[in-house]
Amino acid sequence: MKTLVLVEHDNTKVADATLAVVTAAGKLGEVHLLVAGHNCGSVAEAAAKIAGVGKVHVADDAAYANGLAENVAPLAAALMADHDAFLAPATTQGKNVAPRVAAHLDVMQVSEILSVEGPKTFTRPIYAGNAIATVESTDDKLVITVRGTAFEKAATEGGSGTIEAVTGPGDAGTSSFVSSEIAKSERPELTSAKVIVSGGRALKDAETFESTITPLADKLGAAIGASRAAVDAGYVPNDYQVGQTGKIVAPEVYFAIGISGAIQHLAGMKDSKVIIAINKDEDAPIFQVADIGLVADLYTAVPELTNAL
Amino acid sequence: MKILVPVKRVIDYNVKPRVKADGTGVDLANVKMSMNPFDEIAVEEAIRLKEKGAATEIVAVSIGPAKAQETLRTALAMGADRAILIETDEEVEPLAVAKILKAIADEEQPGLVILGKQSISDDSNQTGQMLAALMGRPQGTFANTVEVDGDSVTVKREVDGGLQTVKLATPAIVTTDLRLNEPRYASLPNIMKAKQKPLATKTAADYGVDLTPRLKTIKVAEPPVRQAGEKVADVAALVEKVKALGIA
Repeated sequence: MKTLVLVEHDNTKVADATLAVVTAAGKLGEVHLLVAGHNCGSVAEAAAKIAGVGKVHVADDAAYANGLAENVAPLAAALMADHDAFLAPATTQGKNVAPRVAAHLDVMQVSEILSVEGPKTFTRPIYAGNAIATVESTDDKLVITVRGTAFEKAATEGGSGTIEAVTGPGDAGTSSFVSSEIAKSERPELTSAKVIVSGGRALKDAETFESTITPLADKLGAAIGASRAAVDAGYVPNDYQVGQTGKIVAPEVYFAIGISGAIQHLAGMKDSKVIIAINKDEDAPIFQVADIGLVADLYTAVPELTNAL
Repeated sequence: MKILVPVKRVIDYNVKPRVKADGTGVDLANVKMSMNPFDEIAVEEAIRLKEKGAATEIVAVSIGPAKAQETLRTALAMGADRAILIETDEEVEPLAVAKILKAIADEEQPGLVILGKQSISDDSNQTGQMLAALMGRPQGTFANTVEVDGDSVTVKREVDGGLQTVKLATPAIVTTDLRLNEPRYASLPNIMKAKQKPLATKTAADYGVDLTPRLKTIKVAEPPVRQAGEKVADVAALVEKVKALGIA
């Protein structure tokens, strides 16, 4: 089987999310990549070095600069004439593009796969992870999004893919990029961080969230996350949200601070290796999944913990 | 401008889904069903656009069993003007849903189609994007803010790194994210009035769409259960544990 993996990038470097997809694609067959961008030569070179990669198709055109799905999907769909499976990370970018590719190919997409069980058989979460479905595609071609935490990351070195320039239909002329507000941060990215410190509604307001969670995260070199309640209440921006409808994370250590543990939140972090919960309600559901729990008032416990580390 | 709002009847947000003992799916018998929460946000957004004068008519559509009429009545009670039910007892996959919606859009010629970004049942997150591709129109997925300006719509999207703003030529497809708005509750008088609003019932065959599933469900199982660990007595004990993990 020949697979085509959509490389996620910012025209400068390959995003980590791509690496797990390469691993998933490798379980199906030959791994080819698609880099759609503008002035993205460094991305193509880095992509070709990913272990296990064959051909790297590079479409370098202003129309692909911001990854607009209207422009990228027809390009990917055209390349699928020579491939059997299209795979994208289950990130906002992958989720934006892949279903459009599927519709162009008249294929039913398999979303957020957790494992490859056979050439056309996969497991995927449904009902916010409350059930795991095993599904088999009957379509000739496959379109798949991959949950990053479910597969090992492919090594970023060791590959010797060949770079091949391709052209696509270009600008569909129906959409344009206006602006982006992407937070620049020295912190590790939430979905690839080894340690995450997350805060919930109990943090009261944006200032308290900042003054309580940030020092601990700084001390541990951790990424900062939040429950939906904390995001909805405006303590932190939307891209901090961990949960079924936010980001799915699986770090080595996950701190849940003042998070009660709603099912939606658990769905986004329960694959973490070690979960540490601090909550003053000893019956909070978070303690049912926590490896280490501390029933305490977070306003005193968290600073104390931060100082002692 | 007309707005088309597809809505799905799903297991209520507050009900914990249970996997059937025979592993064929999730037990929906005698379980409270409601409108998919992301679709409520879509209905609300359509109503707000109409209140602002940017839209003239809101048509709600549902594809599902006869009982999905209740979901459509909810949309009508919130403020949609009329409804179309595509009645089927089959489970319809996003690709087939998108094909039916495309046929309805061809008939209705909406300027905007606003959908939930995903249903909380299947969690596929596909239908809006597929519809956009089938219609050959642009999409603003995971919308945080929607502004209509003449024959274009500007959508601020919730993306992994933060927010991205795109400008789309109408007709366009928008899918809703959580923070687009807070849906209203239907008032009792509006619930009564909704009973009089027009609701047409059709079938997928009326639109020539084949509902045969492309994905075969082999089994549905409970996820692996995570065991609770231990509770420590105080911060000092926690500090010891955290140090033992080798991260501090």
